[in-house]
Amino acid sequence: MLTAESLALIDREVAKYPADQARSAVMSALRIALEERRQTGTVPEERCLTTEVIEFVANYLGIPPVAAYEVATFYNMYDMKPVGKYKITVCTNLPCALRGGVDTANYISRKLGIGLGETTPDGKFTLLEGECMGACGDAPVLLLNNHSMCSFMTPEAIDKKLAELE
Amino acid sequence: MAVFVKGVIFDGVDTTQPDCWRLAAYEARGGYQALRSILQAQMPQEDVIAEVKNSGLRGRGGAGFPTGLKWSFMPRSFPGDKYVVCNTDEGEPGTFKDRDILRYNPHALIEGMIIAGYAMGTRVGYNYIHGEIFAEYELFEAALDEARAAGYLGENILGTGFSFDLFAHHGYGAYICGEETALLESLEGKKGQPRFKPPFPASFGLYGKPTTINNTESFASVPFIIRDGAQKFLEAGKPNNGGTKLFSVSGHVNRPGNYEIPLGTPFSALLEMAGGMKDGSRLKAVIPGGSSAPVLPGEVMMDLTMDYDSISKAGSMLGSGAVIVMNDQVCMVKALERLAYFYHEESCGQCTPCREGTGWLYRVIHRIENGQGRPEDLDLLNSVGNNMAGRTICALADAAVFPVRSFTKHFRDEFEYHIEHRKCLVEHKWC
Repeated sequence: MLTAESLALIDREVAKYPADQARSAVMSALRIALEERRQTGTVPEERCLTTEVIEFVANYLGIPPVAAYEVATFYNMYDMKPVGKYKITVCTNLPCALRGGVDTANYISRKLGIGLGETTPDGKFTLLEGECMGACGDAPVLLLNNHSMCSFMTPEAIDKKLAELE
Repeated sequence: MAVFVKGVIFDGVDTTQPDCWRLAAYEARGGYQALRSILQAQMPQEDVIAEVKNSGLRGRGGAGFPTGLKWSFMPRSFPGDKYVVCNTDEGEPGTFKDRDILRYNPHALIEGMIIAGYAMGTRVGYNYIHGEIFAEYELFEAALDEARAAGYLGENILGTGFSFDLFAHHGYGAYICGEETALLESLEGKKGQPRFKPPFPASFGLYGKPTTINNTESFASVPFIIRDGAQKFLEAGKPNNGGTKLFSVSGHVNRPGNYEIPLGTPFSALLEMAGGMKDGSRLKAVIPGGSSAPVLPGEVMMDLTMDYDSISKAGSMLGSGAVIVMNDQVCMVKALERLAYFYHEESCGQCTPCREGTGWLYRVIHRIENGQGRPEDLDLLNSVGNNMAGRTICALADAAVFPVRSFTKHFRDEFEYHIEHRKCLVEHKWC
């Protein structure tokens, strides 16, 4: 279900922990599985975690599927619902809001024609509101596809960033 | 943006240089000398801990607990596995200092953790890194590879027989994992729900083994303390508040960023370093230590110095050193509503008073903000808060209540105006 490359990345994570504690690697293993699906999926339904993928990861680590499932549903960066090719999470927490974080979210919302929590009909963009990303000095900030932090997202910077995303 | 005025962690770090984080640059700044001197002299563990105690270093994550004292709780002669864990799960709104440590000076953290491992007799350490900062996680792993290749990590470090290895663990979006026992649960691959204390991590921590958890900035301060001496560190701050501290200044200032300055520096001086108030606006309020710290009116802040004792005496806390500055364009009801939403969103759901109480706080503040407030709502907020604070396993409930109590105390007129007139007293910019 996962590629050899992804499994090798998971093995590398497992090696960080004591031999009898492979469960510690479940967070990374789910992240790696999600990342593979994000990169290979062609429609929103193929870019998120499914119970089958979670069960596969659990079996690979030798832990009960429910143990992996409760991790996937507890931490909010795991996509459990269909998601666009580009997931944009805008921080609107207080320090960002004081420097235009809410304006940023509204600007992207108008530009893409979708509300918070929605995906564009072509499956390209999903827009979400996020909590503190620990980068308040660079406000307003947004996170692209979980792993890429974009700083000082003024309307001009947003226009530029969106134009780059194909 | 990062500005470092005078400090122990960022002294000599040129953040404009893309390679400033690398091992070679760190060694050129005197890096790993502290570790070498300890290992070559076979310095007794007690002496290392005594040096950290004498420095007056207090936990930089928020609680301000003396670091050396925490280290002394570890059973050093315990024969089995023990762990040292770093908390880089930096998600307290307003706080962004540890990210800059990982970005610009990760080897200071690595060296500090190796020294901690030596002092407490542990062979393995983990650094738990906030989910949203993936680039910094990858950079930290690259720094670990450098340290391993140079013989600072792994078996038989520098040929002295001491072995210690360190690994990075990546979080994936849960504020609660900044709480140390939730962090341990998460490190074990579980939901991040805090544990009852006692037992404390020093006796029952990661995988049930003795464990010490410190903040990134605390560990990163240790090489300086060992290399330059506890006294020099202590003198960099003020009595009972040793050292310099990283302050993350956000909100309505002209130059938001991190400022490493001596503890005891006047707030007014910090504000000036941060370029003063944005566009010359008037200072209204400051949250001096991250969103969980009680808010203080601007005029109170202008008389305070930035250290644990001064901020505490004024009724707030230095916390993580996150200074959120607000000008007179901010509606305090709206600001509190956003914080209340955050705590409701991030409550782990384990304890009923927190799971339900944070929802009540948010909904009541939300209706006040939206012109649906009732005359009895301020009393209701107080009552809900009293049924939350101190009644849960961890401090998230308290952290949710502190802002509510302080906002409604210092800016009560705005809340009353909202309830009575069903609109803002202040023409705020974002709503």
